[in-house]
Amino acid sequence: MRRFLRPGHDPVRERLKRELFQFNKTVEHGFPHQPSALGYSPFLHLMAIGTRSGAIKLYGAPGVEFVGLHEENNTVMQIHFIPDQCQLVTLLDDNSLHLWSLKQHSGASELWEDHRFTLKGPPGSPPSAAQITAVLPHSSREVLYLGTESGNIFVVELPSFGVLEDRTITSEAVLRWIPEDYCNRRSCELVEALQEHPKNPDQILIGYSRGLIVLWDRQNNKVTHHFLGSQQLENLSWQRDGSKFISCHYDGSYTQWPVSNDNRQSLPLENLVPYEPMWDIHNGLPYIIFQGGMPRASYGDRHSISVIHGSQQIAFDFTSRVIDFFIIFSSEPTAEFDDPSAMVVLAEEELIVIDLKSAGWPAVHPPYLASLHCSAITCSHHVSNIPLKLWERIISAGSKQNVHFSNMPWPIDGGTNIAPDPPQRDLLLTGHEDGTVRFWDASGVCLHLLYKLSTVRVFLTDADPNDNMNTMGEDEWPPLRKVGTFDPYSDDPRLGIQKIYLCKYSGYLAVAGTAGQVLVMELNDEGAEHVVDHVEADLLQDQEGYRWKGHEKLKTRDGPVQFEAGFQPFVLVQCQPPAVVTSLALHSEWKLVAFGTSHGFGLFDHQQKRLVFVKCTLHPSDQLALEGPLSRVKSLKKSLRQSFRRIRRSRVSSRKRRGGANGKFDQGILQEMELAPVQRKIEARSAEDSFTGFVRTLYFADTFLRDSSRHCPSLWAGTNGGTVYAFCLRVPPAERRMDEPVRAEQAKEIQLMHRAPVVSILVLDGRNIPLPEPLEVAHDLSKSPDMQGSHQLLVVSEEQFKVFTLPKVSSKLKLKLTALEGCRVRKVMVANFGSCKTDDYNENDLAVLTNLGDIQIISLPFLKLQIRYPCIRKEDVSGIASCVFTKYGQGFYLISPSEFERFSLSTKWLVEPRCVVDVPEVSSNNHTHSRSVMENASRKSSQCLFSVTFPFPGVQEEVQVTMEKMVSKNYCTQYSMMTCKFFKYCSNMERCYFLLKKRESKKRN
Amino acid sequence: MKRSSAGTFQDFYSLLQSVHQIPRVDVLLGYTDVHGDLLPINNDDNYHKALSSANPLLRVIIQKKAESDAGVFASNSLQRKKKGLLRPAHYRAKPHLLIGMPQDFRQISSIIDVDILPETHRRVRLHKHGSDKPMGFYIRDGVSVRVAPQGVEKVPGIFISRLVKGGLAESTGLLAVSDEILEVNGIDVAGKSLDQVTDMMVANSHNLIITVKPANQRNNVIRSSKASGSSGVSTDSTPSQQTPSPASQYLSNYSTAESDEEGDLVIESDGAPHYGPVGCPNGGPADGPLPPSLSPHSSQGSLQSLGSHDGSPGRGSVREDGTLLTL
Repeated sequence: MRRFLRPGHDPVRERLKRELFQFNKTVEHGFPHQPSALGYSPFLHLMAIGTRSGAIKLYGAPGVEFVGLHEENNTVMQIHFIPDQCQLVTLLDDNSLHLWSLKQHSGASELWEDHRFTLKGPPGSPPSAAQITAVLPHSSREVLYLGTESGNIFVVELPSFGVLEDRTITSEAVLRWIPEDYCNRRSCELVEALQEHPKNPDQILIGYSRGLIVLWDRQNNKVTHHFLGSQQLENLSWQRDGSKFISCHYDGSYTQWPVSNDNRQSLPLENLVPYEPMWDIHNGLPYIIFQGGMPRASYGDRHSISVIHGSQQIAFDFTSRVIDFFIIFSSEPTAEFDDPSAMVVLAEEELIVIDLKSAGWPAVHPPYLASLHCSAITCSHHVSNIPLKLWERIISAGSKQNVHFSNMPWPIDGGTNIAPDPPQRDLLLTGHEDGTVRFWDASGVCLHLLYKLSTVRVFLTDADPNDNMNTMGEDEWPPLRKVGTFDPYSDDPRLGIQKIYLCKYSGYLAVAGTAGQVLVMELNDEGAEHVVDHVEADLLQDQEGYRWKGHEKLKTRDGPVQFEAGFQPFVLVQCQPPAVVTSLALHSEWKLVAFGTSHGFGLFDHQQKRLVFVKCTLHPSDQLALEGPLSRVKSLKKSLRQSFRRIRRSRVSSRKRRGGANGKFDQGILQEMELAPVQRKIEARSAEDSFTGFVRTLYFADTFLRDSSRHCPSLWAGTNGGTVYAFCLRVPPAERRMDEPVRAEQAKEIQLMHRAPVVSILVLDGRNIPLPEPLEVAHDLSKSPDMQGSHQLLVVSEEQFKVFTLPKVSSKLKLKLTALEGCRVRKVMVANFGSCKTDDYNENDLAVLTNLGDIQIISLPFLKLQIRYPCIRKEDVSGIASCVFTKYGQGFYLISPSEFERFSLSTKWLVEPRCVVDVPEVSSNNHTHSRSVMENASRKSSQCLFSVTFPFPGVQEEVQVTMEKMVSKNYCTQYSMMTCKFFKYCSNMERCYFLLKKRESKKRN
Repeated sequence: MKRSSAGTFQDFYSLLQSVHQIPRVDVLLGYTDVHGDLLPINNDDNYHKALSSANPLLRVIIQKKAESDAGVFASNSLQRKKKGLLRPAHYRAKPHLLIGMPQDFRQISSIIDVDILPETHRRVRLHKHGSDKPMGFYIRDGVSVRVAPQGVEKVPGIFISRLVKGGLAESTGLLAVSDEILEVNGIDVAGKSLDQVTDMMVANSHNLIITVKPANQRNNVIRSSKASGSSGVSTDSTPSQQTPSPASQYLSNYSTAESDEEGDLVIESDGAPHYGPVGCPNGGPADGPLPPSLSPHSSQGSLQSLGSHDGSPGRGSVREDGTLLTL
């Protein structure tokens, strides 16, 4: 009768399940994919990044993070913080405005979308009439000014987004105040920039794209000043005292305009072009910061921002397109001068912060927003609960690599992290296409780079690693300096890392790569020069007559190699044929490393540096596995880079042409699809299928393989064709470890009838607990396994979970997942789940990710499905492939090339941001007000920017002289357009004067 | 001969041989049942059945084995009733095709659960293990029209898109292009993607049971008391078959019955790998209906009543059930 009882109706177990399991996506690590907008609140010290997929992410002090997602999934075009508020407004490319606010809820702040609004033009007007081009949050915090394509400026109330129609600034109203000879229908087309007067909130500077600039008095609804620019306008920026502003133009020039009370139609003070080869350096102290300005012909492919301060000048050369940047001022409201301390640059692929206070302007090591994809991630490996000793050694090795970073504290420090300290030290290791392994601190909310390991040094590549690209072929002028780490162009794809295994107790690390290379490394606190022993493993053995058509094996360096402190390789095993290493296992206690490819697997004794055995798993008819992937390695570093650059350059121009061709092509594809619909072949797997020999998993276990009285070390291997091989190993005792060879003989071979690929192999001890990791017992971190009771073997294939008895491999239990649900196992890992109610209860279960992106928890040893959560979209193949589980029921997967999503299945182990943003007291109206102006000035995202900061009085004249000299050279047309920022120092004196004036005006009102 | 002391089939067979003085000649025995169908007598069960149907006399038909051809049992068997309808031309064209006894065949397919399914549906079992042929069919996405309370609605469905010539699916004659697939081994495919259904079918490929809605609805079995009575399937049904719920039956099958159906090959020691033939080439002798008491699975419902009876005793029990093969 028991079989008729429906499973999962035990109320005790149901309650326990609720105490053990809970699914949460907790935090996104890494750099937002395709950022499109940047905002900064000097008031909150928070930075906001918007993306093309409609996400906004707020960052403050490390651990302070907020994420919001617009329902529309449209590109975020602009982000504006409301002055002195925990609120921000976003503009999407569907012309909708969204008001977000940070609200405190049960002790922690949360980001909520309050309102949304789409501006509607007057009835009957074209849709462009309401297309928003410029947004100005007024310092009164009550209204938003919205400039549109039609030239009208609408005023909406906050937070309701109600349109105040009587306050709309129509182009007709503006044109009434402009001299008739200048008036023409198009002069008020498209509002390009809106800026509030820094001292007088009633005055708003309006810039139209044709060049007309007016100063509008919002009290009296009239134009008080107008400025007749003749060039197409890009942006406007006030000088802090409101006596001048800068307009910048499409042709690469910018103009300073005076604002005086007596002259209503000002003439430009000067018209300048910023960059020219013969820069005349003056001995001044301003900070001049501008983006672009490089002659297009020779430097058009660079993404540069130049900083000039006195005699120092550096053109920071970014690795990807600059989205936007802002400057952080460290000055207190009472300080005498503005004092720029850091420049924060959002490029398309990374965030760079430059310390402007330290000599040489070094970059600041960011605590978050790390570019995970600086070289494409090829694999990842998570190690939980790192012993403190190893942790410190890795950090110290990493700190030796980071000497060129500034030790400035992270300048974006808004909010307070109130999350509890992470319970343990976790490492996430990512392998990259360029042959590096990066070690990330994955303990908390901020994924932070600890140490970077490169395996390139062991090999001879076409480009010498010491050969620095920057020093070659670069002239002294302009003074370019490469910043950032993003470098997606791999020099040699064979260097790619495919498998990583770290033993946290011994510090042994095994790393395997694309060209069949397996490196075993040891942690060394000092740099050293030594020879890497090199062994070749011929996995084809006696199989004759095959020809490998894939890539060649990597050439090794002869003689000793210099290694920096950290993990240093001492043995290199190269598989022959040099196919991708598909599985790797390391046993640090037995000092053995096992590796597998599509041809077979081998066991290597890294103590004696001797190959123990190799086993060919290839089916004789499997030609595909032999030929290897059709990859032709062209590894000329420079030519590759250049060709990529060329492609990028030509992309824009060729887009139109390709569009036409694509249209026809698509139609062809569509027709083809109609003729041959998508169909799937239904066929049982056979031994003759391709890649059946592909070794999917390797596992070391000390268990009962031969008979039930004696246990021995064993190596297990599972293949794509559903075969499991078990080898009995004889490892000599420690005292004779160097004298006697390690022996291995095949003890068992299991052919699963359903022939599905074997994903994982595991041995459970007499108490049904998975065998501990090597050295875990020796370090007293695990109970020794039960060697009295009978062991069980768990074989997980893509389709089934199957428990066998040991040593007599007979089937005991199984769960046929695919037959029941039509999903297949992609990843599986034993995870320990603790109860959130009682401290002493915990159990081991299998965490399983299927090809449909579902996560299932399956109990051990009875293989009962506990719970299922949808986690990844099934179409997201790379997300599913990248997933790693931790030992305590958390996991990571890539949601974009540059971002890991972290999730938790456990009620107990949960790492998620928890933080508070308090509203600072408004200390000085003037101070915060001028900051908001600066914030708005940095709005233009796609074009170049120009920013001038005068920290001291009296310097301005000098700069002007310099600039005038440049104008005479007349480089205008060659330079890219720019946007200007203009800040003037603000002394206490001035502030007092301003406050007095303000009080006066209030009295008058 | 006394009805009470009938004995076994073997006794009866030797009795007949001695009575007719043909001790060394292989013969086939048959009888006519109440419906006038000619049925075989070749084991204890159908022997007893024959005896019980004797009214009052049992007319036994004795025939030399080599002479038996399609005209004997096949013409009246269940196979004939279904296949004959589907492919009458084939049978007429080759009327003198020599067809051996059921034990000389291996079963590759069967229609099951005729009595519990709607007449528009057909549940087909494909026995991959008994055949070297490839499964030989493809499936695709399509649109299925369902009659819902609100009217006709279109829902996505999975259809057979192609049959490979000479493949198992084609040779059964039970599946055709554009048949809609409703279930795979008792699991509803509604809401599942093409890839999911593909995976389910491949995972079940050793014993695939698919429920289809044939595109051609003209060849459906017309269910009547006579047809079901003569089918030899439903007459033996146990009471548990009256309220069948396919899903629950399958769930219980997965936990118990099927675990012995599929054995993995374990090779001890480091000897040469032995890839034995996957299934027994012979379908086994037990094609006739067995009483429920003898079948280990019959209590699990009608799904098993035909299929498993043939399968489990028929295959090489050493390999299939014992799981272990020591070399």
